[in-house]
Amino acid sequence: MGYIFNNLDEVWELLLQHMQMTLITLAIAVLLALPLSLLIYRYRWLNVPILGALGVFYTIPSLALIILFVPLLGLNAQSVIAAMVLYTQVILVRNLVVGLQAIPPAVMEAARGMGMTSWQRWWQVQVPLILPVFLAGLRLSAVVAIAIATIGAKFGAGGLGTLLFDGIAQAGRYDKIWAGAITVSVLAFAFNGALLTLQWAVNPTRKLYKSKGKVRQHLASATES
Amino acid sequence: MTAIEFSDASLKFPGSSRWAVDQVNCEIERGKLVVILGPSGCGKTTLLKMVNRLYEPSAGTILVNGQDIRRVKATELRQQIGYVIQQSGLFPHMTVAQNIGVVPRLLGWEKPRTQARVDELLNLVALPPEDFRDRYPAQLSGGQQQRVGVARALAGDPQVILMDEPFGAIDAITRTALQDEILRLQQQLQKTILFVSHDVEEALRLADRILILRAGQVVQYDTPFNILTRPANPFVYELMGADDMVRQLGLLRVETAMTDAPPDYRHTEAEPTIARHDSLREALSLILRTGARQLTVLENDIAVGILTLEHIRDSASVGVGA
Repeated sequence: MGYIFNNLDEVWELLLQHMQMTLITLAIAVLLALPLSLLIYRYRWLNVPILGALGVFYTIPSLALIILFVPLLGLNAQSVIAAMVLYTQVILVRNLVVGLQAIPPAVMEAARGMGMTSWQRWWQVQVPLILPVFLAGLRLSAVVAIAIATIGAKFGAGGLGTLLFDGIAQAGRYDKIWAGAITVSVLAFAFNGALLTLQWAVNPTRKLYKSKGKVRQHLASATES
Repeated sequence: MTAIEFSDASLKFPGSSRWAVDQVNCEIERGKLVVILGPSGCGKTTLLKMVNRLYEPSAGTILVNGQDIRRVKATELRQQIGYVIQQSGLFPHMTVAQNIGVVPRLLGWEKPRTQARVDELLNLVALPPEDFRDRYPAQLSGGQQQRVGVARALAGDPQVILMDEPFGAIDAITRTALQDEILRLQQQLQKTILFVSHDVEEALRLADRILILRAGQVVQYDTPFNILTRPANPFVYELMGADDMVRQLGLLRVETAMTDAPPDYRHTEAEPTIARHDSLREALSLILRTGARQLTVLENDIAVGILTLEHIRDSASVGVGA
């Protein structure tokens, strides 16, 4: 802990690098996962090949995946980000596809039959309905990305992993190792908590349970007719 | 006046060798409730969905209120046509009020106008607004959901409404109540309703006219009475269960079978009476229950006719030879 307070500037710098890597990864990953998911939603036969391929990437150890990108993108943050994007795809795409497919066909047909354009159907019906599942995937991806970004330090990407690897290299600098480990954990918890809150806030069924008495009264009258 | 007109309307799905809808010609009069009836796979839902362009005809034309539907933008056309489907299709993330307000919002109505309309419609479908406005679909029973579905279809005040087996997934008692509701609404609003059903009883109860489809073709388009008494072919006869005499009597009014009361006719207190607009089925039931030889037919408390068991039997035999 002492190390963090004595080297606040350095730790802060590394924390920002770490967050930057994570956020860039998530932004790219979402932009990639959305069209992929819509493609699978539209053409169901793509489900197995695409999710299968993404699943294969997911089974490659992250360290190996980063090394694969080094010849292409160099020994820097780019290689790490590319690997993290690929790594989180399977989570995001799977959740988006599940979310889209879980919308009852009758709901989509009603939306079309009432005269919504495809744009209106997307923003007014599909987005609100898939948001909770999507955010669950994003949360998991964020935690995975934060973890992998730690290894990124080995590849010149900076981030809080620097503290860990320095600590190990300098034989016995446990203060650095602790500082890195604690900060990364706090970061992961913060992301997790923030996204969990958001996930809860957008869940439409949450409103059903605002007041217990009211719900019971609703349920009672719902069974009447 | 004609609200919907099919001229040679046909549809063949890609990759299919047969026509799902085959040269349908028919005119739906404004303000009438027409039930499209037929066995599953006969193309009745397909025909319905061609009207709001969820399916585009491969050939032929469809006019709604005199206008070729292909000349109207699909989304605009659909906003002008009410649409009710089997599973209600309510948006689960929206309240009842928001669900009903979808089309008004698409049409760009002001908020207060939409809110007033929502309350008006909730009252119309017998769901008190103060109780139901802010509920979510998950908090409603199946019957209540379908009522909201009907209210939602009426929101933009469309002249034409399409209903695709709206009560198909609902228990029998609630279904009967909802059918009554539709009849009451129809009396009040006089919409043109195209209603898909595979339930013969439902069709007989609701329809001004029944359109019978088989393998995409119109087999018969007539009033329920004519379809029962003069089925176009053995298929219709069997589909309608036209050999079910009691069902047939349920559609015939007492006045069609009675003989006029002689001028000096006076009925005794002991004789059972029946109104001239009641069905022959009710008359038969009354005769069997009371054991009376004849019934006095009343209109405004005045005896206007006499009905005997023979009269009923003669009426029932009209359609049997066909």
